[in-house]
Amino acid sequence: MGMTMTQKILAAHAGLPAVRAGDLIEAKLDLVMGNDITAPVAIEVFEDAGFREVFDRDRVAILLDHYTPCKDISSAQLCRAAREFARAQRLTHFYDVGEVGIEHALIPEKGLAAPGECVIGADSHTCTYGALGAFSTGVGSTDMAAGMATGENWFRVPDAIRVTLTGALPPYVSGKDVILHLIGEIGVDGALYRSLEFAGPGVAALSMDDRFTIANMAIEAGAKNGIFPVDEKTVEYVSGRVDRPWTAYEADPDAEYAREVVIDLASLAPTVSMPHLPSNTKTIEEVRGLPIDQAVIGSCTNGRVSDLRVAAAILKGRKVAPGVRCIVIPATPEVSRACIREGLAEIFLDAGCVFSTPTCGPCLGGHMGCLAEGERAVSTTNRNFVGRMGHTESEVVLASPAVAAASAVCGCLASPADLEKQEA
Amino acid sequence: MAGNVFKYGDNVDTDVIIPARYLNNPAPEALAKHCMEDLDAAFAGAVRPGDVVVGGWNFGCGSSREHAPIALRAAGVSCVIAASFARIFYRNAINMGFPILECPEAAAAIRSGDAVSVDFASGVITDETTGETFRAAAFPPFVQAILENGGLLPYLRARRKD
Repeated sequence: MGMTMTQKILAAHAGLPAVRAGDLIEAKLDLVMGNDITAPVAIEVFEDAGFREVFDRDRVAILLDHYTPCKDISSAQLCRAAREFARAQRLTHFYDVGEVGIEHALIPEKGLAAPGECVIGADSHTCTYGALGAFSTGVGSTDMAAGMATGENWFRVPDAIRVTLTGALPPYVSGKDVILHLIGEIGVDGALYRSLEFAGPGVAALSMDDRFTIANMAIEAGAKNGIFPVDEKTVEYVSGRVDRPWTAYEADPDAEYAREVVIDLASLAPTVSMPHLPSNTKTIEEVRGLPIDQAVIGSCTNGRVSDLRVAAAILKGRKVAPGVRCIVIPATPEVSRACIREGLAEIFLDAGCVFSTPTCGPCLGGHMGCLAEGERAVSTTNRNFVGRMGHTESEVVLASPAVAAASAVCGCLASPADLEKQEA
Repeated sequence: MAGNVFKYGDNVDTDVIIPARYLNNPAPEALAKHCMEDLDAAFAGAVRPGDVVVGGWNFGCGSSREHAPIALRAAGVSCVIAASFARIFYRNAINMGFPILECPEAAAAIRSGDAVSVDFASGVITDETTGETFRAAAFPPFVQAILENGGLLPYLRARRKD
């Protein structure tokens, strides 16, 4: 029986000729990553167990992105602990305020993940790097500690759902709409313990940024990882970023899948997830007009430069509706620079948005845009659980950058097409 | 010893188990004070050592924060029983030596306030209030070894010494 792409990468990293779904294996890790919330806990576990040195100072990355620039004294203490550890261990890839970006945007940008690699990160959205054809999965702090100590970790080999993509996306429909649609189809545990393996002729039409967005939210369907085949766009993305050898794996033609889901990209409409589950999806058609208090454009899901270009194209020459706060957060310093260079920052400021330094901030109700009781946000982030962005009686509607920007201008849920109609 | 059951529904996410606004202080006793706060504000005040949390499908979905099982354990919870667990929560609990049992039948039948006892060696769950028993799937030997050692890191240390 053939292997899926994920199974091939896991077999290679376990030093085995083949693995099967359900096998428990120990695999070598190419990168172990953590942030200012998860790394301090991992460091304590690592030190309490008596480990003194990380397995490879080039393969452990710590990024202070969640509560930074530090929102309060407690988070400053956490950052200090992570900083001291990084210094003591002489970590090559330690990113502090000024250089840090949101981890899942910065890691690929810096070439720290590559096709065929095996990556764990103490953050659930670590599955993002599957866009590059890597096996990449989110873990907890103890897993991070074990990875830092030994360079290995245990995995149960997953089976997979094959998501076959056909056609190409219509205007103002993006990778975000693809993944929200998929989660709506299969549910928040529809891919539990499984891989989501994306395939089919529609993949070629998706930009790398769209693929990052799609792989990023694989966890919201319960998946262990999401993964894309390696093609010319992948090669173009990693060239100049990754200078070590890497391997492109392909699923065997006779690989078995637990299930197949087919999505015709051309048939998709702008899609949103209503409170309080990512699977509670509607097309914008069904929910347009619902008033909002805040729009957040950014995050590891949608804070890349192409996301902000789409938002800026809609906000250009327009104003954020009175009474609405629009918060724009580029995911990395490179994205910030591009926004300034390309005039996007000016567009955002002219429209009445705030333009922030990179941070995870509002996505998890950390800082930079918490919601009060009864408030509703449209957000390009990835979760809309109860209390996710603030008060337990607040609401988050997940959407693409295009829908978030159009909604910010209209003051209610709207698509770019609705905005044009309103102005006609 | 039987524990009192706190029962919740499907998709109990780690944001409600321990809201992100409390992650800036990861001390277990600090997390315990806010455990389940956004789902059941009374939980932290009512839970007693040895009590049991029962959930539906996909318990612990969302964020990878290990603070969630840390908060539950520090609050006194002796065990979580659910129809299914989100995979990162599952790993985190095993890795810290915190027992969790997957058993859809038990998760459906057990009611809030029931007294429940668990035999971890056999995976048998007994609802002392109704007299019903359930059997959870056994852990693979490798996972059992991690639990027996008190977690992944102690397990790795023990193995290194061998």
